[in-house]
Amino acid sequence: MSKRRLDPTLLVGLAMLLLLCLFVGLGQFWTPHDPFLVDYGNTLQPPSAKHWFGTDDLGRDVASRVMAGGLVDLRVALVCVVAPAILGIAIGALSGFVGGRVDTVIMRITDIFWAFPFHVLVIAIVGVLGPGEANLYLAFLLVNWISFARITRGEVLVLRELEYVQAARSFGSTDRRIVVAHILPNAVTPAIVFAMADVVLTILAVTSLSFLGLGIQPPTPEWGLMIADGRQFLFDAWWIATAPGLAIIYTGVTFALIGEGLDTALRPKG
Amino acid sequence: MLTYILKRFVQLVPVLFGITLACFFLLRALPGDPATLLLGARGGPEEIAAMKQRLGLDLPLWRQYLLFLGDILSGSLGRSVVYGQSVTKLVLERLPATLWLVAYSTVIAVVLTIPLALWSAVKRDRAPDLLIKLVFTVLLAIPSFWLGLVLVVVLAIWVPLFPTSGYGNGFVERLHHLTLPAFVIALATASLTIRSLRSGILNVLGSDYVTTARAKGNATARTMHVHVLPNALISSISVLGAHTSWVIGGTVVIETVFALPGLGSLFVESIFARDYPMIQGLTVVFAVLVVLINLATDIAYALADPRIRLD
Repeated sequence: MSKRRLDPTLLVGLAMLLLLCLFVGLGQFWTPHDPFLVDYGNTLQPPSAKHWFGTDDLGRDVASRVMAGGLVDLRVALVCVVAPAILGIAIGALSGFVGGRVDTVIMRITDIFWAFPFHVLVIAIVGVLGPGEANLYLAFLLVNWISFARITRGEVLVLRELEYVQAARSFGSTDRRIVVAHILPNAVTPAIVFAMADVVLTILAVTSLSFLGLGIQPPTPEWGLMIADGRQFLFDAWWIATAPGLAIIYTGVTFALIGEGLDTALRPKG
Repeated sequence: MLTYILKRFVQLVPVLFGITLACFFLLRALPGDPATLLLGARGGPEEIAAMKQRLGLDLPLWRQYLLFLGDILSGSLGRSVVYGQSVTKLVLERLPATLWLVAYSTVIAVVLTIPLALWSAVKRDRAPDLLIKLVFTVLLAIPSFWLGLVLVVVLAIWVPLFPTSGYGNGFVERLHHLTLPAFVIALATASLTIRSLRSGILNVLGSDYVTTARAKGNATARTMHVHVLPNALISSISVLGAHTSWVIGGTVVIETVFALPGLGSLFVESIFARDYPMIQGLTVVFAVLVVLINLATDIAYALADPRIRLD
């Protein structure tokens, strides 16, 4: 591994991630202005040296709100991918390793969930539960595990027939040990690569939900919500919706590049 | 071929049954109950009990499910609490706008995907390939609702080429109204499909029959037209089919941004109106749409590629 050069895409992605973390992390301690400070004498101001991205309809500094709002989006996106990933990997490993009827039942369930458009199912669940961060977590947990389960199952099906697993079995390893020590470490690679791509799609979904009014609620600064706010002032104050939009795109590209880079770096050569 | 189509229709039955089952029990398993959801803060215990009775929520869960299934089999998806009409009737009113949007955006996505994927694959790892990859990586990360708003500002307000919202009457007017929303969905779709089709084409380019064609001394252009392109077109059918769910999910947000009278905006309205029967009915309708479109693409694929139906 030490001889292998790091993939440039991965390096760019990681550098962008570092910058993003600094930007968002700094936003928790210091922002150019108070992101919550309402100033009616200073509404809808265009970008200037004082307000880099102008002010919104309540006179709040847009750049400060983008900085402060990043934490919510990153937190939600990461939890909404990592928790379902763990669940999905566990279910997929079980399904692939045990096989037989368990596998058939689990795969039929994923087939059916597969038919529901991702956005539709998440919106339906949040619609029934009501908006809010905790409900977003539950909705994504219920929907997002499916891809991870399918990917991991496919890997496990291949790995469990390989010689080194058969060898471990003939040495008397228990099933649990075979799965945990021999199969899972090799089976999770594609799931990790997919997780990065999934962060991109999840950030889009989370901000869409907030934009529709079904996700994070005001006055919390959040990117999707800020775009929804700016929507009413598109013609007079384009900057309100522009800044958070650019932040979402930057974040998405960051994780897309990391995913791509990991895919190249982790894929077996040849 | 007929046997293949029949077989696919028979396979549809358990899937559709599973969809109703998943939708019903998943939504019911969530904390909170539909009657409280409908009445919100207004409902006292008595109103909630009355609403439960009205919606049949006082019955055992399995009987409620059978009633729901019975409703579906009789062609009705229940009754909207807010509109007081059958869900099916409202769905049929709103369906055309969504189908227009899906069809139009699919056409645009195909027009973008096939040439760009071909170009990308042929120029693998060279400037055009890297540029296409970069552009569509950025496009994938753009929230569609934001891109929709940007296009409205630029192409509907600054340069008034397209209407900002609405659906229009007649074929031409409709195309004109739906161009921006369809384009937004198509860009998001193309950023996924170009990638899949590119790797599909790379497989074809590396296959024995293309090597043979080249070895026989065929010119590159002829090899592309006779051997690579037809196969690329066929795989684009299945690549697009795999992203149906993505396209239909995209319509929900985009219809709201462009105020289109489709299923997606009806769905969002129902969520805000806490119209439980509508939410449940529409969730099933969306899944059924995905399944039917996937079936259509599978059949189209089988018609185009004899190996599938002989399997």
